[in-house]
Amino acid sequence: MFLELFFQYLVAGLTYGTIYAIVGIGFNIVYNTTGIINFAQGEFVMLGGMIAVSLHSLLPLPIAIAAAVVLTMAIGALIEMTFIRWLVKPAVLRMIIITIGISILVREAALHLWGESVRSLPYFTGNEISAFSFGGVRVSPQVLWTLGICSVIVISLNLFFKYTMLGREMRACASNRDAAALCGIPTRNMVTLSFALAAGIGALAGAVVSPITQTSYSIGTGLAIKGFTVAILGGLGNSMAAVAAGFILGILESFSIWVMPTAYKDAIAITILLAMLFVRPSGLFGNKEAFRLKDF
Amino acid sequence: MLRIRNLDAGYGSLSVLRHISLHVKQGEIVTIIGANGAGKTTLLKTVSGLLRPKSGEVLFRDKDIASLPPERIVFEGCSLVPEGRQVFAAMPVRENLLLGGYVQFKRGRSSEVKADLERVYGLFPVLRQREHQLAGTLSGGEQQMLAIGRAIMSRPSLIMLDEPSMGLAPLVVKGIFEIIGKLRDEGATVLLVEQNARSALRIANRGYVLETGRIIKDGDAADLLTDREIQRAYLGKDLDAEN
Repeated sequence: MFLELFFQYLVAGLTYGTIYAIVGIGFNIVYNTTGIINFAQGEFVMLGGMIAVSLHSLLPLPIAIAAAVVLTMAIGALIEMTFIRWLVKPAVLRMIIITIGISILVREAALHLWGESVRSLPYFTGNEISAFSFGGVRVSPQVLWTLGICSVIVISLNLFFKYTMLGREMRACASNRDAAALCGIPTRNMVTLSFALAAGIGALAGAVVSPITQTSYSIGTGLAIKGFTVAILGGLGNSMAAVAAGFILGILESFSIWVMPTAYKDAIAITILLAMLFVRPSGLFGNKEAFRLKDF
Repeated sequence: MLRIRNLDAGYGSLSVLRHISLHVKQGEIVTIIGANGAGKTTLLKTVSGLLRPKSGEVLFRDKDIASLPPERIVFEGCSLVPEGRQVFAAMPVRENLLLGGYVQFKRGRSSEVKADLERVYGLFPVLRQREHQLAGTLSGGEQQMLAIGRAIMSRPSLIMLDEPSMGLAPLVVKGIFEIIGKLRDEGATVLLVEQNARSALRIANRGYVLETGRIIKDGDAADLLTDREIQRAYLGKDLDAEN
């Protein structure tokens, strides 16, 4: 019984962990090309879920999700072009305030559009009570969907950055923006692209997880904090480490229910964030490791 | 090839270059010498588009490029090897070079990039040995070769070098200058900015002397090498002691 409960919590932790990891990767993609911490990252997850739910009343599920991803990417690109693009070497504090402002703007627009109601997509296969049983551990099919799709996101991002021309250009832009410009690479477009990419993966994750976690206009802020924690925990700019950090946070949160009231669950992320910023701001996997993996 | 007229440039309200006029003709090496803080780097940054000029003209092949962003200027055929190499440290040597060939890819000449890569490896055999090594792990001299190679990959008609000898051992510097001479022999036009005035003037056709943002002297490199004032200020010769 104990072991079953243990694995049950573990699976729950992994599910949330993947979402945190995706948000963390979103932070890293934008950070790497611009040096900006985009606190509106969580809103992309919210938009993905909400738009997909709305479109699903008209379109079949896969098309609704695809359309939601594309729309959110367009919104991400539009945000960059409207608020970020024309700034010449902005100060960090100014950028933080701008992205927090964008996050509030998006959230309020969502409240206006969709109201306060909590929504969710239907389960992709089966329903709320269907479950696979692995030696007594019951796993919802949607959990498998989430883990599967998030893995696909991480792997394809990795391949994209490593093996495509565009990915290489984005890495060049991340590594040294002036040098990239001197090679003829349109660095501003790369920045727009990084916002679109971060928005796209956030939206996809948001849509896929919505049957389990449900979604509403206000989920973005919480996710942004979790994702930021994960990005810091892994080491800013290091996306593979963000995956590991995402799992760590997800699992910690999930097991915390054993020892303390559920209400404190969200405090864990903040505690980790503060502790990391004080003690080891380069992240768990900082320095040498980060250098090796930085490029993803 | 390049003609600069009455160029004023600087950072914010700080003005660094005042009324700079100079030109570079096809097939020659022109060097700009001057002390630290004379504005040499600022000048190349302005020509390459990293910095917007405050006023004045920058004509490259009779086209005003003063208002173009850096990525467009490379497409015009004017390529900068920036100060401090600025290689993509976390990427392998080969990828650095291929990024230099980005311009050629966009021009629809991707088939020529392979040959260009071979050419760079021919000029710098050490880069072929280090092909899969991360650029950040190369020595200073190798990084400088990589930075030059990356610029060549864009098939520039004018190649500008910002202090290629900076921080390198004398023997390495010699090698780098030999390559620059070789580039000219192969038909490239070079604008070379250097603190190492002697080596620069020796391979250059003409030279300009930059002092606190103004050009105070210009002429044939050979004449500048024998100019008493320049010998004293930039070539480290104590003339009184020699006499």
